[in-house]
Amino acid sequence: MKIEINNKWVETFEEETILEVLKRNNIHVPTLCHIKDMLPTGACRICVVEDADSGKLIPSCSFPVYDGLKVKTHSQKVISSRKTIVELLLSNHPDDCLYCVRNGNCELQSLSDNLQVRERKIRGNKNHHKLDLSSSSIIRDPEKCILCGRCVRICEEVMEVSAIDFINRGNKTVIGTTFNEGLNTSSCVNCGQCIMVCPTGALSEKKHFPEILSAINNPKKQVVVQYAPAISVSIAEDFDFKAGTDVNGKLNAALRAIGFDKVFDTTFSADLTIMEEGTELINRIKNGEKLPLITSCCPAWVKYAEEFYPEFLTNISSCKSPQQMLGAILKSYYAQKNNINPANIYSVAIMPCTAKKFEGQRDEMTNNGYSDVDAVLTTRELSELIKTFGIDFKNIEPELTDSPHGVRSTAGKLFGVSGGVMEAAIRTAYFKLTGSELLNFKVKSVRGLKGRKEAKIKIDNLELGVAVVSGLANAKILLEEIKNGRDDLHFIEIMACPGGCIGGGGQKINADENALKERMKALYIIDENETLKVSHKNPEVIELYKNFLEEPNSHIAHKLLHTTYKKRDVLL
Amino acid sequence: MLQNKAKILDKNQISRDNLIPILQEIQEREGFLSKKAITEVGQKMNLPTSKIYGVATFYNQFRFEPTGKYHIQLCRGTACHVLGSATILDEFEKQLKIKAGQTTSDGIFSLEIVACIGACGLAPVISVNGEFHAKLEINSVKEIINSYRNKSI
Repeated sequence: MKIEINNKWVETFEEETILEVLKRNNIHVPTLCHIKDMLPTGACRICVVEDADSGKLIPSCSFPVYDGLKVKTHSQKVISSRKTIVELLLSNHPDDCLYCVRNGNCELQSLSDNLQVRERKIRGNKNHHKLDLSSSSIIRDPEKCILCGRCVRICEEVMEVSAIDFINRGNKTVIGTTFNEGLNTSSCVNCGQCIMVCPTGALSEKKHFPEILSAINNPKKQVVVQYAPAISVSIAEDFDFKAGTDVNGKLNAALRAIGFDKVFDTTFSADLTIMEEGTELINRIKNGEKLPLITSCCPAWVKYAEEFYPEFLTNISSCKSPQQMLGAILKSYYAQKNNINPANIYSVAIMPCTAKKFEGQRDEMTNNGYSDVDAVLTTRELSELIKTFGIDFKNIEPELTDSPHGVRSTAGKLFGVSGGVMEAAIRTAYFKLTGSELLNFKVKSVRGLKGRKEAKIKIDNLELGVAVVSGLANAKILLEEIKNGRDDLHFIEIMACPGGCIGGGGQKINADENALKERMKALYIIDENETLKVSHKNPEVIELYKNFLEEPNSHIAHKLLHTTYKKRDVLL
Repeated sequence: MLQNKAKILDKNQISRDNLIPILQEIQEREGFLSKKAITEVGQKMNLPTSKIYGVATFYNQFRFEPTGKYHIQLCRGTACHVLGSATILDEFEKQLKIKAGQTTSDGIFSLEIVACIGACGLAPVISVNGEFHAKLEINSVKEIINSYRNKSI
């Protein structure tokens, strides 16, 4: 089958849309409402092309090709139609690009630039809406919303949360929660995937920049920072490195240059999590307690469970997430050892995630009245911080993390990708149950970006049933299966964001199409190349137990590193 | 009330197609769509409340607050429009300090926009609890409001 694009014939497949053919042939037409791999809605009409035979405009995202179709992608008619659409979108859009969080990275801005919109041709009444600042993770600015609907669809189709939808109609249409109340009262799980797809500045994360700046400049405060396993393989993209470059050392140096007093690696506490969670798993299996055990690292998943599946709360590991574990250790053991009043420690975490901001301020995440973590920055905010401080990231000399709480295994590093917590846990559980190490550490069946992966792992006489899901819609399917009687699973890893933390809601917006794969590969390469491949051999973790925590799941470990969950009463 | 809703939900086949008739029937019985009603419909129909609220706000007919003691229906049909019902609506909203679809905080008045109420000869016209007020002018709005307010004391 062939179609003609701009006077050139190209091969097409059955049931392809025009847009797919254009993409394959590297012909760029703009899109706004379109999301890759989702059913097209054809709502925004910015992707129109001209049917060369009839002269009609057709939306390329939703129009299936047929043999002999002839289209023009950039005819005069097409360009002027696209330009009108953009002018209409701009007619009630705020004129504050300079002050906008998405200045320089806004799809509407680049569209109007590419179409050479140089004046306000159409003047509409400006919309007046209040900022929604109610959520601890996500800020909504409905005045900047162009109603493309991508956030609504991600929230519904990928996350199965549906916290937001179109409300009212016509020129009164806005996107909002049930009864148009604050996001904090809705079922929003703070995953931030809506921010990732928003073309404008209508959705952004709550910034913690001013607080961090004043803490850094406060001589009384010791400002400590930790960064998640996914950060070192993600941040590089913002500084002209290829996607998937591991810039661990440069990251340490940049953080010190900004003024953080101590730089720690959350991957250290990922290892600690494996010790605690692995022990919990083994105990539950040995004592015949409630199974399957489900991971608790992902705060978006935890809130989802508290709202939609409270019956599974006792299945969720009582372990705090690595972010909170390290936070708790820093304000207890580390403070004691270094003779610092925990009140004078300001603890910052850099995460590829917006839900971590919510997690950081949960009531349960405190000890003796001190928050484990005081501020959480996303990958995006870290980039901004590095730029604000004028750091030459590309050429900065790499440095090591601070010790202790800086050494990590590569198993902990895998936490950054879907399946990684599982793989790390299997390695340690195998050792704890058999006394010997796995012959081959690589657990292929739980690797990769598929939304759902399952495996049966032989450990002596035990056949450990494991499942790994990412994207809460996939989690829902699995949980329903279990509710309906499925009982062959011992351990489940759930991450809210597709692909795990490397695809988190705090990551670079409009990243390269292959970025996710490259970040994943980078984590696997680290695991391949380094020698410390299991959490239980991390010397600093072993030392921490010897000097302070005694043993996994000890009384003090429970006090500092474990937590509880509660059913949440929100409008579902 | 709970029983009523259960009946409504049982009677109507529970599918997304029946959402609007179900909401209409609930509003008919309860006067408005409460949070509780929307939550219950969502649970029964396995629909997120945001979707239900989205559908309900698309249509003018649904209210989300109980009606006031005096429910003002303001006609925005063609004849009334030609004779200035838009300015009458503005005046009511200004005097009552509410928008159409809302109820005053003292619960005395609620305001609703309706399409033609079939009294074009009386345009612009409103109906307060079924009582018609014809050929309104801006100045008469305050008087009408006051007369009902005095009655309610």
